[in-house]
Amino acid sequence: MVKGLGGQRLVAVFFGGWALLSFPLLALWDHDTTVWGLPLLPAALFAIWALLIAMMGWIAERSGD
Amino acid sequence: MLAAPLVIAAALAYLLLLFAVAWWADRRAAAGRSVIGNAWVYALSLAVYCTAWTYFGSVGRAAAGGMWFLPIYLGPTLGMALAWLVLRKMIRIARAYRITSIADFIASRYGKSPLLAGLVTLITVVGIVPYIALQLKAISGGYALLTAPPGAGAGAAPAAWWQDGTLLVALLMAGFTMVFGTRHLDSSERHEGMVAAIAFESVVKLVAFLAVGLFVCFSVFDSPAELFSRAREQPALRGLLTLAQGGSGQGGRVADTQWFALTLLAMLSVVFLPRQFQVMVVENVDERHVRRAVWAFPLYMLLINLFVLPIALAGLMQGDALPGNADGYVISLPLLHGQPGLALAAFIGGLSAATGMVIVESIAVSTMVCNDLVMPLLLRTRRVGAGARSRSAEDLSGLLLAIRRTSIAGILLLGYLYFRLAGEAYALVAIGLISFAAVAQFAPAMIGGLYWKGGTRGGALAGLLAGFGLWAYTLMLPSFAKSGWLPASFLEHGPAGITALRPEHLFGLGGMDGLTHSLFWSLLANISGYVIVSLWRLPSAREASQALLFVDVFHRASVDAGSAAPVFWRGRAKVADLLALARRFLGAARAAALFDQVARERGVAGVEQIPADARLVQFVETQLAGAIGSASARVMVARTVQEEALGLDDVMRILDEASQLRAYSQALEQKSRSLETATAELRAANEQLTSLDRLKDDFMSSVTHELRTPLTSIRALSELMVDAPEMPEAQRLKFLGIVVAETERLSRLVNQVLEMAKIESGNAEWRSGEVDLRALLERAVQTTTELFRERGATVSLQLPASVPPLRADEDRLLQVVLNLLSNAAKFVPAVGGRVTVGLQHDEAGLTVSVQDNGPGVPPAQQALVFERFRQGGDAAHRPQGTGLGLPISRQIVEHFGGRIGLRCEPGQGTVFWFTLPWSRPADGQARGDRP
Repeated sequence: MVKGLGGQRLVAVFFGGWALLSFPLLALWDHDTTVWGLPLLPAALFAIWALLIAMMGWIAERSGD
Repeated sequence: MLAAPLVIAAALAYLLLLFAVAWWADRRAAAGRSVIGNAWVYALSLAVYCTAWTYFGSVGRAAAGGMWFLPIYLGPTLGMALAWLVLRKMIRIARAYRITSIADFIASRYGKSPLLAGLVTLITVVGIVPYIALQLKAISGGYALLTAPPGAGAGAAPAAWWQDGTLLVALLMAGFTMVFGTRHLDSSERHEGMVAAIAFESVVKLVAFLAVGLFVCFSVFDSPAELFSRAREQPALRGLLTLAQGGSGQGGRVADTQWFALTLLAMLSVVFLPRQFQVMVVENVDERHVRRAVWAFPLYMLLINLFVLPIALAGLMQGDALPGNADGYVISLPLLHGQPGLALAAFIGGLSAATGMVIVESIAVSTMVCNDLVMPLLLRTRRVGAGARSRSAEDLSGLLLAIRRTSIAGILLLGYLYFRLAGEAYALVAIGLISFAAVAQFAPAMIGGLYWKGGTRGGALAGLLAGFGLWAYTLMLPSFAKSGWLPASFLEHGPAGITALRPEHLFGLGGMDGLTHSLFWSLLANISGYVIVSLWRLPSAREASQALLFVDVFHRASVDAGSAAPVFWRGRAKVADLLALARRFLGAARAAALFDQVARERGVAGVEQIPADARLVQFVETQLAGAIGSASARVMVARTVQEEALGLDDVMRILDEASQLRAYSQALEQKSRSLETATAELRAANEQLTSLDRLKDDFMSSVTHELRTPLTSIRALSELMVDAPEMPEAQRLKFLGIVVAETERLSRLVNQVLEMAKIESGNAEWRSGEVDLRALLERAVQTTTELFRERGATVSLQLPASVPPLRADEDRLLQVVLNLLSNAAKFVPAVGGRVTVGLQHDEAGLTVSVQDNGPGVPPAQQALVFERFRQGGDAAHRPQGTGLGLPISRQIVEHFGGRIGLRCEPGQGTVFWFTLPWSRPADGQARGDRP
């Protein structure tokens, strides 16, 4: 998998995740509003985080030896 | 409040349970049914990352700065995305070269340098002691909260040390660690029981924290939404829900860099903290477990952080009703709402987070202290360091264990001391970040060492020293100043009033908080030192050889077959000396077992017969490295055997030899593979020849049979006529007629055989002219009218009005059509036989089909009817004819670039068809046109 697609995909997720979870993109969520009663910033952070984990899980468990 | 004895009893019971889990796992491992050979257990053991800092400190951090607790977990999540690449390489290296700690890893990579190992160990100890103090502080704080009478502040002056439960806890943890961390000496430093206990603790702390979170969200408040809307009513709390109130409260660009720095710091820490390296790399039993951990460990962190912000907000909303600081909300909130049971569970959860960290950390650090600080010093003394040939050589494995146990106790006591002296001055998270920044200094040497062959010992030393020095100056000393150990003017005006050297604004650099500032300077100096000094000169032979082994580990050392790996050693050794050396550090039983194993693998009768070659020396050194560290192992082996110094050229030559060997073996494999292929081809050709030979025999017998029938009748009739001269004229004429017909049949047969042979050999004559297929088919049907009438069958033609002419040999094509028609005539049923001749044309060419309503051709025969020397049906039921009609037809059709075939569906009769293209392909030209 090092040379395979799975490893490369994980590296891509790393860079994408880094971009999503740092400035300036982070400032997109930095507003004093709520969604479904939850404050926007924490909700967005946890949602992005969960999405990243889901993608990592999908990639890592999918690519067999 | 809870009674102190109850809390102590619960804590003790929990620790006993932990003992039980570890003991059970060790028993299972001994029985060969390991519980840690499981990807989930591995992923859970990584969660030792979430310590009391996470459990108590994150809430405190969230209460002060909102979402700023989160980068500490986002960094590792991103880091795990790279784990498959980086972590797996570390695991492979650690397994191949028996590396048991991060100090060993760095030292081994840079030429097994004892100096480097000692430096890394020193940095680790200095950096980690505050972190251990943090755990003790958390437990002590939690205990105080639980047992404090209502109204009394928890921050009251701590009790004297002999009354302090924290000391007892520290000693208990030391005891546990000694029992399960250093029970025996294992050359791979694996601790199954310990790992199982850690995984268990991860479950406990997660469940406890989630329980408190759910209680706060759904019992204290109606729902998370209500909690947040109530919080938003207070302006101070509302600010916590955005990043504006950043960690340093400055916002703007500072927030950007601080967020970045925290994420990066946490990402590095998740691998380079000694306990993380221990569980991730050293305790890993199967590389494939990383696959699960890649997502399961981040998921764990997400879950344990889910309720941090709600708990912090709920605590803040209680205002002054809550005793203690925000770090203790997890315990004080349930207490305030009349749930002492839940508060106790929360305390146990925090205890589990703290013990997990302390146990693994102290095992990892004690291994380093023993192997990389104490052993090198002991080896200098005469008694221990004496070569194996000396008389005083005794078993030292007991000494090793004693050193480790002492260092475990020492580390915990140091942590306790730090907690007593400085613990009150700082929040939990601030203490932890100091440790994170310290271990981040390993990153350049580690990551550079994994991927860059040019890194040298000097570079690593320079980088580590510079980074560590700046860390101490810009982070450690300010923390002392804030604790009051140094005058505050040191921070404000710099040492001796030199403002350029203010530790938190070095050279006047501003615009960053203290941590980011320190991280920036220390990593800058670290990386620069590492790269610049590494580039100063070429690596030495030993550095180069180790660099090769590390960077190319996936090519050079596969886990199972180490035979292809090059061995960088030259000299003379004696098996007895090596055995004695192994015995001293591994114990007699283990050493004997190892040497027996080598003897078996080499296929020699006994230990004495093992050739004392480079491979054996390397094997012993690797085993020793597991027990005393690679640097010390190198020193001991060098003293025991007679070595020749290797130059850089020698390293390259050995490497060449190894790769040549590999190339030879690959070439050999390839040769043998091609030999096998050739053999298979020959065998196939032979089989084909045999089968052709058999076919020829069959054909000969079939032809002779066909020849004999007419010959027999000719002979019989002729003899009759010779014997009976007075035979009536009419009779004689009739007989003669039969003789003539049979002779014709004979010549037809012989002609066909000759024709076949001619076409096959390419000597046939082909005429070429315009052929009107329509007219040709009509002529053929006319010719065979009599034949079909005899069989009682009808023939119908389905022809288009006109077809373009085709260039071909008309006679040959007629022969093909006649062959197909007479073939059909042979197979139509005796009554109601029907034959349809069709012609179609398109852009590609013409298709002629002859359909009968006969019994059809069995599927097995369909492929055979066009084969030379084959005839439909077995010998007994063979129809009349030579069996050459269809093969000849095929030769003719293929000569004109067409194809011939048959379609046969049950009950539908058989359709023989052939196609002819308008233009012949070039190969057809070359095939049969020779005169």
